[in-house]
Amino acid sequence: MFRTKDGEEIFVIDGHTHFWDGSPQNQKNVHGKQFIDCFYAYHSNLSPKEWLWPKEKFEKYDAQTMHDDLFVHGYDDMAILQSTYLSDFYKKGFNNIERNYAMKKAYPNRFIINGAFDPRDGERGLDQLRADAEKYDLKGVKLYTAEWKGDSKGYKLTDPESYRFLEEAEKLGIKNIHVHKGPTILPLNRDAFDVADVDDVATSFQNLNFIIEHCGLPRLDDFCWIATQETNVYGGLAVALPFIHTRPGYFAHVISELLFWLGEDKLLYGSDYGIWTPKWLIEKFMAFELPDDVAKETGVSLSLTAKKKILGLNAARLYDVDISAQKQKLMAPLAAAS
Amino acid sequence: MTVGGRQYEGRMSEIWDRLRHVTDPELDESVTELGFVTTVEVDAVDHVHIQFRLPTYWCAANFAFMMADDMRAAVSAVSWVSGVSVVLGEHMYADKINRGISQGQSFQEAFGSEANGDLSEVRRTFLLKAFQRRQEALLSQLLARGYRPEQLVVMSLAELEVLLVERQGQDLVGRYLERREIVGPCSPDAPAFLSVEGWRLPADGLEAYVRGLRRVGVNAEFNGALCRGLLSVRFDMTTPLPERPKMNPS
Repeated sequence: MFRTKDGEEIFVIDGHTHFWDGSPQNQKNVHGKQFIDCFYAYHSNLSPKEWLWPKEKFEKYDAQTMHDDLFVHGYDDMAILQSTYLSDFYKKGFNNIERNYAMKKAYPNRFIINGAFDPRDGERGLDQLRADAEKYDLKGVKLYTAEWKGDSKGYKLTDPESYRFLEEAEKLGIKNIHVHKGPTILPLNRDAFDVADVDDVATSFQNLNFIIEHCGLPRLDDFCWIATQETNVYGGLAVALPFIHTRPGYFAHVISELLFWLGEDKLLYGSDYGIWTPKWLIEKFMAFELPDDVAKETGVSLSLTAKKKILGLNAARLYDVDISAQKQKLMAPLAAAS
Repeated sequence: MTVGGRQYEGRMSEIWDRLRHVTDPELDESVTELGFVTTVEVDAVDHVHIQFRLPTYWCAANFAFMMADDMRAAVSAVSWVSGVSVVLGEHMYADKINRGISQGQSFQEAFGSEANGDLSEVRRTFLLKAFQRRQEALLSQLLARGYRPEQLVVMSLAELEVLLVERQGQDLVGRYLERREIVGPCSPDAPAFLSVEGWRLPADGLEAYVRGLRRVGVNAEFNGALCRGLLSVRFDMTTPLPERPKMNPS
């Protein structure tokens, strides 16, 4: 919960968090090492100095640390835990759903867990998706389209197999599809980060919401254009948001483009924990004001209402979170303890 | 200093100058200014050895290959150069790219079944984005200087070429003209400003058109800042790279 100077409470749902194990013990090969090293470079490059972690903590942190970083030191009220397998890089997967579920069991009112599917897994994958949907009551999945699997280096949302999985997801009530693009989609001569396949499936699956992580970066330009034409396409702010510290000028331009093309109802805050932590991200975001020249140029404003939507109300809508009921649940243990 | 030493230095600066004109296609910035090129050496038989690196292990293979191939071509064109080797370090596809470049292979040949064609399409896509970004910078500046939309849409290339338009040290006209030929013929009386489709721009709605192009520039600036930062962290560069002020980043 963030409280403004005027005492207003802002309910915060963190749209993108990870409980990963990137430690050397879990790495299968050099790719596993390079994957977590790349994340650590994002962390080191964009975090304020006082929030830099040692590499060992970054590679693998425990549940208590994560809980405290998000909800005790940070302002998150709830967080969505994404599942990412990367089974070709990590022995037990990078952050598998069982690991996420253990976290959820420890803090049931805090976490929403999302599953994952890989269209290349065929019937076995569909069976797994059905089982996961039932066991974990999934409302969302995270898709990492550049995941390596044997000889394959990735897939597109427009592949026929992807359609089968999206149809099944819709049947199972999984309505939020978080999409993370990566650099190795075949064929390699094409632009791997192309977001055109999002446009296609968003049109075909009107009952699903597509939350594009990192706002389509490094293709923010194409993403804005697609998202403005599709009512069910959202932007996740991870990676863009931390620029608020090192490069507030760039952040101002990016958020103003997003507000201009998508609007304040279509943007979701995400810390991308453990790459970044909610405390500093939210303090800076709440204190941030668009410079006059940018606001004038784009005609948008980042009002308190817009911030409330981005930090929680939009995610609450997508994930059917009743905020006042949730507040009661979160208050209950405190009341019981006092 | 010996004559040979002076000649060597001259040759080195000639090579660096050629490399400075090679761009990262995605960022539309020079590979040398981005800090990608780490080593240039000329050996006793005038063979040039170039080493470069990228901000992450995962940077897209197609762009990495394009940069390596463009560097090879740019340096090969120098008359006294007998041969060029370009070596990419610490990258998921380093082996394939280095082998492909050293054997003069196409991207398709280097990547086999992982590719289904050459790089011309992706190259054109990013040249067009670079064109849009440069056009937006120039048109915005001209509009800010009081040029009216109806004047700009009928301006010829000859009329544009004589204008001096700078922003924070960048020659906006020169940069735009470098990419103008991608969208249409460049005779002196041809329209200075065309869309990526090669169409004339409408006076009515020009500002909205320019507004639309802003996305491309914002994206590229953001990616450029991210890539510089990641490179700096990855290779622990103690001296921060010089920043060219562009979008009033604070």
